[in-house]
Amino acid sequence: MMTDEIILRVEDIHKRYGENEVLKGVSFDVQRGETKVFIGPSGTGKSTLLRCINQLTVPDSGYIWLNGEEVTHAGPRINQYRQKIGMVFQNFNLFDHLTALGNVEIALLRVKKMNRQEARKKALMELEQVGLSDKVNSYPAELSGGQAQRLSIARALAMDPEVILFDEPTSSLDPELTREVLEVMRRLARNGMTMLIVTHEMGFALSVANEILFMEHGLIVEKGPPSEIPTSQNFTRTRQFLGSFQD
Amino acid sequence: MSILSQAVIDSLPYLFPGIVTTLGLVLIALGIGLVMGIPMALIHVYGSRPLQYIIKTYVWIFRGLPILVLLFLFYFGIFPLLGLYISAFWIAAVVLGFRTAAYQSEIFRGAIISIHDGQMLAARSLGMSRSQAILHVILPQALRNALPGWTNEYPILLTDSSVCYAIGVAELLTRGNQIVARIHEPMTIFILIAAIFIILNYSGQWIFARIERRYRIPGYGEGDSR
Repeated sequence: MMTDEIILRVEDIHKRYGENEVLKGVSFDVQRGETKVFIGPSGTGKSTLLRCINQLTVPDSGYIWLNGEEVTHAGPRINQYRQKIGMVFQNFNLFDHLTALGNVEIALLRVKKMNRQEARKKALMELEQVGLSDKVNSYPAELSGGQAQRLSIARALAMDPEVILFDEPTSSLDPELTREVLEVMRRLARNGMTMLIVTHEMGFALSVANEILFMEHGLIVEKGPPSEIPTSQNFTRTRQFLGSFQD
Repeated sequence: MSILSQAVIDSLPYLFPGIVTTLGLVLIALGIGLVMGIPMALIHVYGSRPLQYIIKTYVWIFRGLPILVLLFLFYFGIFPLLGLYISAFWIAAVVLGFRTAAYQSEIFRGAIISIHDGQMLAARSLGMSRSQAILHVILPQALRNALPGWTNEYPILLTDSSVCYAIGVAELLTRGNQIVARIHEPMTIFILIAAIFIILNYSGQWIFARIERRYRIPGYGEGDSR
């Protein structure tokens, strides 16, 4: 499903919090339909990097380009770009005062300005996509962690994004719930959704990623297709990080 | 005994307009407080520095002064100085309203800052502007969280409202006092006044409790088992 078309370009992103330089110049290109997985020790800037892409965190320097348009320094137009860059958070961040349907509908109504009928139809379709047709009228507090995360994926999908950023989507879930969320993500990858994923789920990363990027101390230190990890020189540090992975 | 109860029955028609005045004061003040308190809280949380300081100063003054001082200040000072000659009732309602606005803005501010950052992030990530996120995501949750604290302003205002006696507003206590001056049965009349305040207070609280239940979200917020 991958094409040569570059849809997202990340160029020399720097971000510093006081003394602590979290990102020290990160660059990469993303092709349409590609799945890139970021791995590495905690606190190396992976989540900050994702947030810099949709400008929830504003980088100190560097550029983000979406389909050739600059997302950094976009001013109020950022709200248009963010519609095309979906985001799924570690702790879901569902809107607790709205039902599952309301969570998916709200941006369709308020941002895309769809009418009620259209929005409802689209939202119901997205909920079905993630297997939540029977939870339409449930509130977030009434959902399991896995259902909550699938709902937040549906909420992101409803905006018809060009790329979705997943920030440790399964880190707060137990193995069983993790599996149902990964299942949905796997299907998205198969259907050609462009995805950038920060995760510690190595099995999933290796089976789904087109490219693994190993980050450490604010830099991408190693990258390449997952098939090369066991043998290639390019992945010496990654192998060390993964430890027992070789066997 | 029969004389006492006769005093009660005879007093009621005269006290009734006092009840209306007292409730009028309380409801107008609650309304002023609500209309001012929510924007004040929003400015306090999201506004620019200078605006934040204006709100802080307002709250500082209106929470710092006794009601009676505020009433006299506005009744004898500020309103006449501005050339505004309005009735004691409206001055009292406005002063009570300004005062509760200070308290209410703090209630709403607390409720707004208690909403997790992630709500704003998620709303913005979907392409909402900051004001859309505040209006459609933050406020609906904050207002629900604020409801228990907010409804608490009702008994406070109701009991405070009797101070308006001091500037001659014909509220419940003022009218009771006028009856006492005529029939010299202070005990009977003041017990009656106390009973009416208790009834107004707890029936109001009962209504607000129903409103709180009405707006509760399943599995979310206070008073729900989870």
